[in-house]
Order: sequence, then structure tokens, then C-alpha cells
Amino acid sequence: MSLTASVDTRRGDLHLRLDVEVADAEVLALLGPNGAGKSTFVRVLAGLLGPDRGRVVVDGEVWDDEGASRPAHRRALGMVFQDALLFPHLSVADNVAFGLRTRGMRRAEARATAAGWLTRVGLDGLGDRRPAELSGGQAQRAALARALVGDPALLLLDEPLSALDARTRLTVRAELRRHLAGFRGSTVLVTHDPVDAMALADRVVVLEEGQVVQVGTPAEVARRPRTDYVARLVGLSLLPGTGEGRLVRLDGGAAVAVAEDARGPVFAAIRPESVALYATRPDGSTRNLWRERVVGATPHGATVRCELDGEVPLVADVTATSFAEMGLAPGAEVWAGVKASEVAVYAR
Amino acid sequence: MSRAREGTRVPAPLLVPAALGAAFLVLPVLGLLVRTPWSQLATQLADPAVGEALRLSLVSATLATALSLVLGVPLAWVLARSRARGRSVLRALVTVPLVLPPVVGGVALFLVLGRQGIVGSWLDDAFGITIPFTTTAVVIAETFVAMPFLVISVEGALRAADARFEDVAATLGAGRWTTFRRVTLPLVAPGVAAGAVLCWARALGEFGATITFAGNFPGTTQTMPLAVYLALQRDPDAAIVLSVVLLAVSLATLLLLRDRWLGRTGAA
Amino acid sequence: MRVRALLVATVLALAGCGGSASSGGPGAPGDGGLTGTLTVFAAASLTDVFTELGGRLEDEHPRLDVRFSFAGSSALATQLTQGAPADVFASADEAQMSVVTDAGLADGEPQVFATNVLEIAVPRGNPAGITGLADFAREELALAVCAAEVPCGVAAGQVFTAAGVAARPDTLEEDVRAALTKVELGEVDAALVYASDVATAGGAVEGVTVPEAAQAVNHYPICVLADAPAPEAARAFVDLVLSDEGRAALADAGFQQP
Repeated sequence: MSLTASVDTRRGDLHLRLDVEVADAEVLALLGPNGAGKSTFVRVLAGLLGPDRGRVVVDGEVWDDEGASRPAHRRALGMVFQDALLFPHLSVADNVAFGLRTRGMRRAEARATAAGWLTRVGLDGLGDRRPAELSGGQAQRAALARALVGDPALLLLDEPLSALDARTRLTVRAELRRHLAGFRGSTVLVTHDPVDAMALADRVVVLEEGQVVQVGTPAEVARRPRTDYVARLVGLSLLPGTGEGRLVRLDGGAAVAVAEDARGPVFAAIRPESVALYATRPDGSTRNLWRERVVGATPHGATVRCELDGEVPLVADVTATSFAEMGLAPGAEVWAGVKASEVAVYAR
Repeated sequence: MSRAREGTRVPAPLLVPAALGAAFLVLPVLGLLVRTPWSQLATQLADPAVGEALRLSLVSATLATALSLVLGVPLAWVLARSRARGRSVLRALVTVPLVLPPVVGGVALFLVLGRQGIVGSWLDDAFGITIPFTTTAVVIAETFVAMPFLVISVEGALRAADARFEDVAATLGAGRWTTFRRVTLPLVAPGVAAGAVLCWARALGEFGATITFAGNFPGTTQTMPLAVYLALQRDPDAAIVLSVVLLAVSLATLLLLRDRWLGRTGAA
Repeated sequence: MRVRALLVATVLALAGCGGSASSGGPGAPGDGGLTGTLTVFAAASLTDVFTELGGRLEDEHPRLDVRFSFAGSSALATQLTQGAPADVFASADEAQMSVVTDAGLADGEPQVFATNVLEIAVPRGNPAGITGLADFAREELALAVCAAEVPCGVAAGQVFTAAGVAARPDTLEEDVRAALTKVELGEVDAALVYASDVATAGGAVEGVTVPEAAQAVNHYPICVLADAPAPEAARAFVDLVLSDEGRAALADAGFQQP
């Protein structure tokens, strides 16, 4: 299973030109500000919008080509929208079973399959509820089950977390990550939140005004941002580890002190402006202090993005003045300090 | 279920016109009730002609509403969703019966469906079917006048409905027809119900187009409004009694239906 | 063209129940002419002939404005008893005139100025071959008769009884005009209406006279109203209707003399 798409289309002021390939079981994140053309692209993939020019091929089947377009309802896809958009007149179970029924599955079988999926997304026993009786997080889980139940070749996630409040977003994001890990088809995730992209995607495409400005793994994009926009947007160091109370034991062995209790598999996330660099070991109360080596430096306006390697791989932003005064350059040895309260923790 | 919160209280600038509006609509009906010679009620109700007119009114208004639903809902969908050119012209055309004096509507129906009409003469020659002066003509006249109410109300509901649900249905393998049946129609059901009620009420009160196109004959084409009008020529008191009977029956029907619908949504 | 004229006529006939306000001052005969506004409430069947007579009065008195409200006599009588301001009332039957006189609204005794008898109206060429009242018993024909609630229906009932005909109409019309419209459109084979209606209906309608109609002669009374805002002009109009000139115009319009 795979997706190959090449789209060239105009919508108002937007001129979207985008070529992507997504392999089996791969998650591609389209990251960019509002109006960058992300949603236009997924609507083209879904068949809800005809491109001016373009070719979309999924698993060797041509969905869009010059003059030929397969209608949305005949594409083997699942889509999750920002607002869940569960049909308000149907029960939660009937929502999940909807796609099975339209594709000809008998009622009893569809019900049983839907019930199984509701259990998988943690909505066991809520099948008879109306969508209005669900919380935002529950609704989005039901929407995910509804999209995945038909075993689609292509999964489209259009800002699936942005309508959720911060706390719910964390738990739904962690669940989404688990389900994506088990999904065999190709996934395209649209988001304007770099954390979503970092946490969920295998590869990130950064889109600005309809144009691709950078492609790479989340780590590559964070470490070597190609534009100021990308630098501001991403740069988060996402460190996988295991929560042990006020400590996260990284998979590489190092420990990161955190301000809140953390348990189980988590990400410790550190933003580049939270990392302070010192030429000599500083005194003081900073709990996280690591010996690092500068492996790259990219100036962005008044700041310089420094790529650090060592006990803990990090990205740090320092002012151009400090950068010069400390005599930093690739190869330089520095101390990096991060306050425990500056480390965010996400379940994974 | 009490919802009397600060935010739902009526603002003062709305209160006075609202009260005036209610009085304006209710007082004439009250006047009718005050003037009603209730002693005549029993005699009028016992008159088989009155029962016949009432039954004919209810049956024809219901048939006209059913016909309007079958034709009007798809028409509303086309007006709300189709991108075809000439849509605004079509919308203007289908709402013409709203502004057309109903009597003129009746004449217009003659010109199409009458014995000498474009379609009617063909029906007569080919099948020996004549429409005017039959109960069918009553239903057609009422549908002509009442269907625009349904179309406008359903079109409004369709425009207000979140079209993204239709996108969702498409991504779940539903073709256009399935989407309409299983998603769009249930979403706009309240608008369809409101339109059907308006349509039914308008059909029930229809006079001008009916008396012109269907004529007036007890048992086949004389609906209550026609009976009321003719009674007014000879015996105004009888006309008032008949009006009150029509009023009571239509109000009772609407309240009954409303309870039904509210009962259903309340249980959901 | 024919359809348009018909539509206009129908709308006017059925929408004619709006009251016509009269704000005319009294006709001041100072310079020998009447001035102000004269408002005449008249039965719908008088539309053509009264409009013509009103025009003649205006020609005589250039500063006089004559306005008409033509409608069913009972509707007009109701409007008058509800206080509609008018100077003259001309009714198509004596019953509706007595509604007005009983209410004390008439100035003096009403005078009968014309009579009218029923006649059969058929579409041009008489396609169904109607020859007389007996044809109203033929079930296969589409036939219109006035409803028993309105004066022409009462008259029709009397005529059918006198002729011994069991009429089988398809529709009982609410007024003569509506019955005539259906003849003009060719939607009925025959309708029993007034001779005056046939006379003024134009080329689309032909008349078949009915000997039995003498059994139900309709009398048209006219009166000046007690509260007339323009009593002099009102009197002048009534005089004109009753004059030889008026009688001739009425005869042309299919009315007979009392």
C-alpha cells in the first residue's frame, strides 16, 4: 500500500504545488500555517475537490489523473475531520458502522465490527449514546474508529486534535499514535501544531503558501530548519523515555528532571529557547546540566540555532551576540542547562 | 428542564413590539370567538354538509402536503445545492405563487390543466381525463399555492445545514443518493417538518385558486374556506361558526403533531 | 391578449372588496359645476355601464372626480354597515338594499332603475349545442350555476323549479363573474348568468335566452346614502342613471326596464 500524489491547483489566491509519496504504514505530516494549502491538498486526496492538474495513485489504483477522477465515495479511504463531525442523528455505534453499511455489509455484521472498534478506541459501552452526549475527546476517538473501521488504504487526518482542549489533546494524541502504529495503510496528517507532527509523523512536509519549504524526518526538520518560519515553528527536541516520577529515563540512558510526575512511556520535550549554553560548568540550581558538543549552527535573524550532540541530543537558540562572545562554532564543547519546569512531558 | 436564566430573558426593547405583535395576531381571533353564536355550534356540527366540507378540507390539505413533500423537497435540494446556471431565476419562478393572487393562480391552472389547457386538452383527448371541478383539482390548486412555503423552508434548512457532513458521508463510501437519504434528509428533518406544517396550514386555508380551478360543489370540491365564504353571503353568524370549527380542528391537529415531534426529540 | 384581459378582469372582480375612501368635499355648484369626489358603491354587474355613465358626469363637471367600488352587493352592503364612506349605493337585488335601508343608511326611498333576467352563457360557437334550461340536466356536460347563497343562485333555483329541470351543475359559483370566467375559458359548456353579463362579456361568450327567466326578475335599486360626503353630486349621478340617457346605456348593457 502506498500513495503517490502530484497536485497543482489554484484556489483563490492560493497556488498549491505539491508532490508527495507516502509508503506503507508511513505517517506523513503536512505542517504549515493556516492558508498554506494543507486542507486543500487532503480534500483533493479525498476526492472532495478536483485539482486543476494532478495525479493521485493509491496502491496502484489511479484516483485522479488528467480528465479522470474517481468520486470520493469510491475511494478506499478514511478521513478524520477537525470537529469529529459525527452524524448527530445517529448513535455512536451507527456512526462507526456507517461506512460498513454503505459498502454493503449486513447490519448485524456491521454492528459487531463497529462494537469491536469502539472497544479498541476505549468507548466500550458508549455505542448507544448520541454524539451530543460524548465529550470532545470521546467524539474524536469515535471519529477515528469510524475512519479506520473500513480498513482503508489511505487515512487522512485533517487537524484531528486542534479542536480539543490541551489536556484532552495529550491523551488523544497518545492514543492516535498507538493506532497509527498498528495501521498498515498510508497516513497523511494535516496539522499546524509542530508537536503533533513531531510526535506522530515519520516524515514532515512543511508547506508555506502552497509551496513545500522543507521535507525530512521530524528530527531533521527540527535540527536544520530551512526557513525562519520553520525555525520558529519547529525545533522542539522530543526525547523518548520512561517516566519515573519526577524523572524521565531516556532510552539512551541519560536522565531528565521534570517538574511533574511522569509514569510509563513518555516524550520529554524541550524547546530551543529553554536551553541555556555555558562555556564553563555553571554554579546554581539548574537540575539538568549536560556536556554537549556543537555539531551545527544556523543563523536565523538575531538568533542562531545550534545543533547539539552528547549525552542528550538538543537544539538550542542563542542570540548572535552570545554566539560570538562564547566563540561557538561547530566542534566547540559547551554545557547545556535546562530548568526542570521548562521540560514538557507527553505520553507516547 | 428549567432554563430561565439571565441570558434568555426578553430585552426590554423587544418586549413591547413583541407584545404588540402577539396582540395584533391574537385579537382578531379572539374577536371571532367573542362574536361566535355558540348556540349555533351544535346545529352546524350536526349538518352533514359541514362535516363533508371539513373532511374534504383535511383530506385535500393532507394530500397537497404529501404531494408538496414528494416534489418540493427535491426541488429545494436543487435550489440549495446545485451549481447549475439559472438557479436564481428558477428560485424566483417557483416562489411566484406566493405573490400571485390565488385567483389568478386558479386561472393559470386552467390555462395548463383545464379542458382547453395545454396539458389538459391532451389529457382529455388521449385519456378522457378532465381535471377541473374534481377533488383532484382541489389538491392541485392547494399544492400550487402551498408548495412554495415548503420549498423555501426546506431550502433554508439545507443552506443552514453543515455541508461538511455530506463530505464525511462521501469519505465513508456513501454516494449522492445514499448521502441525501441517510444524512442530509435526517439533518434537515426539523426544517422539513416546519415547512410541511406551513404548507398544510396554507393548503387548509386555500380559497381563491381552489374556487377558481376546482369550482365549488358540496362533497367533491367545497372545502371549509369555500363553505365559510358562501355562508358569509347569506348568514354571517353561520360563517363565524364554521370558521371557528376550522380554526379549532387545525389548531388541534398542529398541537397534536407538535407534541409528537417534541416527544420524539425529547426522548432522544 | 385575451388571456391577459381575462386575468385583469378576474383580479378586479374578485379583489374588489377593498373599501374606497372618499374624501370629497360637498359639490359646490357655485360656477354651475360639481366639484370634489363622488364615491359610488355598485354591484359588480354594473361595472361597465356605470363606469361609462360616471365618465359622462365627469365630462359635464370637469372638476368632479367619480370613483367606483364594484363588488358583490352583499359585500358592499356589509362594508356600508361597517361604516365605509360612500355617496351612492346601487344593489343587484332588493334584499341587500334592505340591509342598508334597515340600518338607516339610505337618504329617502331607493328607486329601481333596471331589471335583469337570467340567460345561458355558452362559449363562442356553443360547442355543446346548448338550446335551453333542459340541457342543465345533462350529466356529461360541465355546467356552472351560482351558489344558492348569492342572488343569482336564488334566481337560478326559482327558474329551474319553474321549468321543472333537475339541474346537475359541476360547480356552484360564488358570483356571476366567476361563472362567466369559466365560460370565457371554455372550461364549462354553459353557465346560468344574467343577460347583462352576457351582453358585456365580449366575443368569447354567446347567450341563449331562457323563456322561464321571467319567473325570476332581478330588480336593481339605487339610493343616495344618508351620510354622503357629496350629496349634490350623488343626486346628480342617481338622476343620470334614471334619465333617458341612463336607461339607454343600461339597455345597451343588456338590462331591462322596470
